Amino acid sequence: MNESDNTALIKQIPFVDYLVLGEEPYLMANECNQCQARYFDRRNACSCCFGDQFTKVKVASSGVVTSFTIVEMGPVPYVSAVVDCDGTPVRCTLIGVDPTPEKVQLGMSVELTTYSMGEDSEGTEAIAFGFTPAQ
Amino acid sequence: MGSEDIWIIGSNMTKFGKHPEKDVVDLASEASVAALRDAEMTMSDIGVLGVGNLMNAGAGIGQQLQKQIGQTGVPVFNVSNACATGATALRVAIMAVKAGEADVGMAVGVEKLAGAGLLGQRGPKPQSETWEPSGRFGAIGSTEGRIGTNIMPGVFAQVGMEYGHKYGGTSFELFARISEKNHAHSTLNPLAAYQKRFTLDEIMNDVMIAYPNTRPMCSGNCDGAAAMIVVNDEKKKSMPAEVQKRAIKISASVLTSDPWEEGCQILPDVNTLTRNAATQAYEQAGIGPEDLDLVELHDCFATAELVHYDNLMLCEQGGAVDFFESGAPWRDGTKPVNVSGGLQSKGHPIAATGIANIHEIVMHLRGEAGDRQIEGAKVGLAHVIGLGSACGVHILEKAA
Ligand SMILES: [Zn+2]
Repeated sequence: MNESDNTALIKQIPFVDYLVLGEEPYLMANECNQCQARYFDRRNACSCCFGDQFTKVKVASSGVVTSFTIVEMGPVPYVSAVVDCDGTPVRCTLIGVDPTPEKVQLGMSVELTTYSMGEDSEGTEAIAFGFTPAQ
Repeated sequence: MGSEDIWIIGSNMTKFGKHPEKDVVDLASEASVAALRDAEMTMSDIGVLGVGNLMNAGAGIGQQLQKQIGQTGVPVFNVSNACATGATALRVAIMAVKAGEADVGMAVGVEKLAGAGLLGQRGPKPQSETWEPSGRFGAIGSTEGRIGTNIMPGVFAQVGMEYGHKYGGTSFELFARISEKNHAHSTLNPLAAYQKRFTLDEIMNDVMIAYPNTRPMCSGNCDGAAAMIVVNDEKKKSMPAEVQKRAIKISASVLTSDPWEEGCQILPDVNTLTRNAATQAYEQAGIGPEDLDLVELHDCFATAELVHYDNLMLCEQGGAVDFFESGAPWRDGTKPVNVSGGLQSKGHPIAATGIANIHEIVMHLRGEAGDRQIEGAKVGLAHVIGLGSACGVHILEKAA
């Protein structure tokens, strides 16, 4: 593939590199081959067992809210949450739900979703993720 | 803790609050000179100096302090360890004295923060023309708000909510009542930055920062310094009778970092390292939580205080809500917690906090805490935690 083809194909960019875009976007973790601890960033050695071999794995795209807060310091309040995705804790912003303690509940079921952040000057669209109440 | 006891013979903290007329060195000097006077010593007696300051970590505040109050050429350790910076400076002094490298050590923690805004708050990054991945996660913009939150009030709110998810029983009102207690306690502490009693309604209806923490439920940024002088047994015995009488024994001095826990990369785990530090401290001191007459713990936010009742084993595991509901942590309860007013009202000049918490215990064990004195206090525990994480736990005892 020459460079111009490559540029033509890349129309989207994920907000972070552990968000994998495609038909069904998902979050990807580096899993320790030895103890299965998972990391969203790179590690030279596993901070749990010190093993140094990792495999990229898909993280479950639905889970349960185990903690949250509603940050009201900025112009727009938002919900920060920890979601237990089948044993892998994920930090995220909850979207598609009113940022009020009446609407956001501990233990609620949520699922991964993505949205557009808009295009840059070269026409590349940025895609971010959040979690939203499960259907 | 080894064969030889370590003693605190000098201790002081400045009033916490706004000190626009004083710089960092002035504040450190004020606390240091007062601690030296308390110990009936001068800088010529100090064999090792541990100095904590977070905001100017590269500035050699220890040496600047020496130039201000006395240069003798002794080793200076400038330390920074998040909110546990002061406790770390003290650990350095204690370790040096225990190791026999010095007979007398001084630890100082100082910070100027008034007007710095809430802890961990950052301005937006300038946006470039094109999406540029950067940093550890290849993020193309600030993750704050996009991927949850990193700001301290939000992180510690989630710490408390997580406890609620695990054990139940928490509510906005419960966390607000913890804050109500500490603000009530602060009215008796003239060194506190804020000495205002708030009603529960006032706390709950104040500005929401990060649910469930409203403004009075967050520790205040302010200026302040604290200093402490520690000696070994032999040195203590050489001191005037009046100094020996007021000496306080350090029965345990522990500093931990967090061991690996699933999820600690997602939400900082302030629990495991605190529990580990407390376990080690109780072992070192040969006493249990039931023996404590008072506790100063790191209530940087109301939501944090709750989980540390449990982590410090003041209650059974999962029993922090019941512990609070029983009235135990009020100053007239069975296990007074944060009778100084805690960080929520006393203020939180970061590097000073870890020494100031211990100073509060010293004052009570000496019987010099004035209006807020816990009568007959013989044993106390001071806890501090810095995210990242570092946890300091000290257990102090009145001399037999
Ligand atoms: Zn591993």
